[in-house]
This record gives sequence, structure tokens and C-alpha cells, in this order.
Amino acid sequence: MLAQQIVNGLMLGAIYMLVAVAFTLAIGVLNFLNFSLPGLFMVGGMLAFGLMKAGWPFLIAAAGALAAAAFVSLLVERFAYRPMQGGDPEVPLVSSLGFLVLLENLMLIQYGSDQQAFPALLPDLNIRLGGLVIGIAQLISLALSLGLVAFLSWYLSSTAGGRRIRTVAENRETALLMGIDISRLVPQLFIASALLAALAGILFAVNYQQVSPFMGEGVGFKGVAAMIVGGMGSIWGAVLGGLVIGLAEVLSISFIGADVVNISVYGLLLLILIVRPQGLMGRAASREKL
Amino acid sequence: MSGYLTGVLVVLAFNVIAAYAVYLPLAAGQLNLGIAGFMAIGAYASAFLTNEYMWPMWAAIPLGAALAGLVGLLIGVPVLRTHGIYLAMATFALGQVISAIFLNLEVVGGAAGYPVTDYAGPYVVYAAAAGVVVLMLLVSRTRFALCLTAVKSDATVADLLGVSVRGMKVAAFALGAAVAGFGGGLYAHHYSFVEAQHFNVLLSVFTVLYVLFGGTQTVWGPLVGAAFFTLVPELLRASDQWRYALFAVFIILFMAVRPQGLVTSSLFRLFRRKAEAA
Repeated sequence: MLAQQIVNGLMLGAIYMLVAVAFTLAIGVLNFLNFSLPGLFMVGGMLAFGLMKAGWPFLIAAAGALAAAAFVSLLVERFAYRPMQGGDPEVPLVSSLGFLVLLENLMLIQYGSDQQAFPALLPDLNIRLGGLVIGIAQLISLALSLGLVAFLSWYLSSTAGGRRIRTVAENRETALLMGIDISRLVPQLFIASALLAALAGILFAVNYQQVSPFMGEGVGFKGVAAMIVGGMGSIWGAVLGGLVIGLAEVLSISFIGADVVNISVYGLLLLILIVRPQGLMGRAASREKL
Repeated sequence: MSGYLTGVLVVLAFNVIAAYAVYLPLAAGQLNLGIAGFMAIGAYASAFLTNEYMWPMWAAIPLGAALAGLVGLLIGVPVLRTHGIYLAMATFALGQVISAIFLNLEVVGGAAGYPVTDYAGPYVVYAAAAGVVVLMLLVSRTRFALCLTAVKSDATVADLLGVSVRGMKVAAFALGAAVAGFGGGLYAHHYSFVEAQHFNVLLSVFTVLYVLFGGTQTVWGPLVGAAFFTLVPELLRASDQWRYALFAVFIILFMAVRPQGLVTSSLFRLFRRKAEAA
């Protein structure tokens, strides 16, 4: 029973992990708490659903949803991030939230506010290990998430492109003086974080077989919690945080009750912030957004 | 007055009170994303006093506000060790935890909600909101407001000039919490029903949205922002389905053009100059 719940928690954690990594890219490099990411998560799931309903095969529908999320993220960069440079640091929050509201309402107009059933893609195949039941779809998404994060971590630490990103994260002005083309790099980062969030949305839809225009809110906020628990700006911190939050959620549902989820998840976040504000794996804060 | 108009104005009054609860700590540079939690404390505490101890509402609501302020003070001390985005997230988590605790508190009805026996009519609500606005205008002319601006603009310099930065931050945070608790208590007594689900994170986040939209440079910003956010979606009601989408597009474009918010201090200077010229 306990082992099974731990497995379920890790699977849910894989979704939070992707969202947390998306947030951490935006915060760590751009210093921008991008509240449109929960909206892009939802766009991933909802649009994959909508395109499949229109008769597209899954992989093409998923690619379409990812492309749409990347496009919207470019709009977020253009209208929410770029004009705010040099202004009050809280302000981009407002417009990125505006995008969240906009995306939710567009989906609501198109598909209605009800929760919709996402078709089961893989036959109900489960691996049985001892007494444990592990769904194939869940296993694939865990592997995919971990693989992506490992790739991202490698890319940031060992390639020229990664070094450019880290330079911008360290100091924007210096990066500019070093000849880094920030006006090209920033949109690329927006696309990367949008793809991560939208992919998480698609995986969520495939695993839990449901989508709704408001699916991004709960998951998005838990992704932020995961990012902070792990340590802002740290990729592996976001992984650890995602898994911890997923475990905390699943374990408190199964052992105490569904109503206490917010107490345990956000209580954990609050505790971490008071005891160790830089997060489990983060370095001490030297510089921040708000 | 028609029932519809009364309903809209009451919502406006509650939004104005909530906006000032967010504005106070923001004037000292702290983003409080957990305002709904403090509203819940005020709502449940005052409802409990009227229901169980037969307190009159005019005593129960201020006590609920004081209790929310006290919780803000007690929690503010450890939480305000963090700052910037960490503080925003800590208050966010705090708001979630507080409403989840009320959701599980059987003594006030738990998830089923909590009916309130006493009723505050619309005119009481208007008067209370007007009172909060007047109070804030008075506060904005004191030394305290000046200190808050100093702390926001440059905490180090404020510290060197002998302003107790930490004290100011905690005071602004606790006062904001008390204003939120006041609004919550009033809410409970006007709608005669409280449920923990109402005090969710979106309530907190949208309140912050009004305030930033209105602008935080002057004391009028929150009022204008709350009025705009309450009334414009009502005016757009004609295009029912699209109104929130249109509204969101408008916010995005507006903030891109005018990131400082609607009401700024330079706008005020402009008006003053025109008045002098005339």
C-alpha cells in the first residue's frame, strides 16, 4: 500500500517537475515569475484533446499543441516581458496573469467549461512488480521527463549555448558586453519553457485522461511550490522539489484525506521558506526578481 | 436602486477594501499573495462570535479584523525574514494553508460552509468601504506612509536614516492583514454565509492584479483599479462569452503601454499644473 502510493506520488511528481523546471528557467535566467505558464500547460492538454477530437492522430495533435504553446509564449515575451524592462518588478506578473485569464477563456469559449475525457492512448497495460502496479503511460512520462531534464542540465553546463544562458542569468549587462545576442536568446528561452509546460500538460492529459480549461491552475501553483522547495534557479532542485511535492500530495490524500492536501503541500512550502529560504538544493539568494 | 446595481456596488465595495489590504504592504515593497487567507480569518472569527456568543456585528467584525491583524503580526515576523519573490511565495503558501485549515475545521462547518445569523445591509457595506478609503487617505498624509515609501524605494538608505525597516515592514503587513480581515468579516455578515472555498488563491491574485493595474505610486491607485476591474466586465456583459477574454486582452495591452499602472504620481503633477495654469 505504502509502496504503491510512493510510486503514484513519483508519477504525479514527474508532471510537477516539468512545470517547475519551466518556471525555474524563467526565474533563474530572466528573473520573471511567468504566470502564463499554467495557461500554457493547459493549452498543451486542451489543444491536444481538441485536435484529436478533430480527427488528428495523437502525435501530430501533440506537436500542434506544442507549437501553439510556443507561439503564445512568444506573444507573452513581446507583450508581457519586453515592455516591462526597467519598470517596477511586480508589473510583468499582471500581464502574464492576463495571458492566463485570456487562454482559459479562449478555451472555455471553444470547448466549454466542463471537464472532458481525454481518450486512452495506450491499452491498459500495467507492469506488476511484486505487489506494485505501474502504468505504462506513467512510466513513459516519468522516463521522458527525467530524460528531458537530464538533457537540459547537460546542455546548460556543457555547451556554448548553455554557457550563454548562464552568462545572461549571472549578469545581463556583462552578457551584452560579451556580445551575446540577448534579443535572440530571450525568445528562445520563452519557447523552451513553454514547450516544457505544454509537454507537462499533454502528459497530464494522457496519464489522468481528463482535461479542462482550468487544469493549469492547481498544477501550475504546485509547480511553483516545487520550484521553491527545490531551490529557485536550480534544475535538479526543481526535479527534487517536484517529486517531494508529488509525494506529499499523494501520501496525504491516501493517509489523511483529500481536504488536507493544501495544508500539507503549502505547509511544507511555508516551512521550507522560513527554515531554508533558498530551498533544498539552491544557493543563498544573491539577486532576485521582486 | 435596482437589485442588480446594488449587487454590483456591494462587490465593488468589497473589492475596494481588499485592494487597500494589498496596497498597504505593497507600499512598503512587499507583495502579499495570501490576502484571501486573512479575509478568511476575519470572516470566520467574526461569524463565530455572532453565531456562538451572540455578539453584535459592530463588535464582532472589528474583533475579527484585529485577530487577522494579530495573525499577520505573529506570522509576519518569521515570514518577513524572506523578501522579494520568496516573500510573495511565503504569503501565497500562507493563504493556501489558512483557507485549507478552515476547510477542515468542523466547528465552523468544514467544507459545508458556515451560515451567519446576523445581516449587514448594502448601506453598511458602502459606508465601511468609504471609511476604509478615508482612513487610507488620512494615513497617506502621515509620516508612516512616507517611511513605507522610503523602505520600498531603498531599504538601506531608509535604515541609515533611522527608519526601523523591519518594524515598518511588519507594521504594514499586519495592518494590511487587519484590513483584509475587516473586509472578510463584513463579507460574512453581508452574504450571511461563509465558505472556505471562496477565499482561494485566485481571490488573492486578482486583488493584487487590481492594485498593480491601478498603480501603487499613489493612494488612489487601488480605488481606481478596483473600480475598473469590477465595473468594466459588467459593461462588457453584452458580449457575454467573450467579455473576460476581451478584458484580458485589454489588460495585457494596457500594461504594455503603461506599466506603472493607471494612476501615477506624474499624472497627479500634470493635473496640478493644469489647475495652476487655469
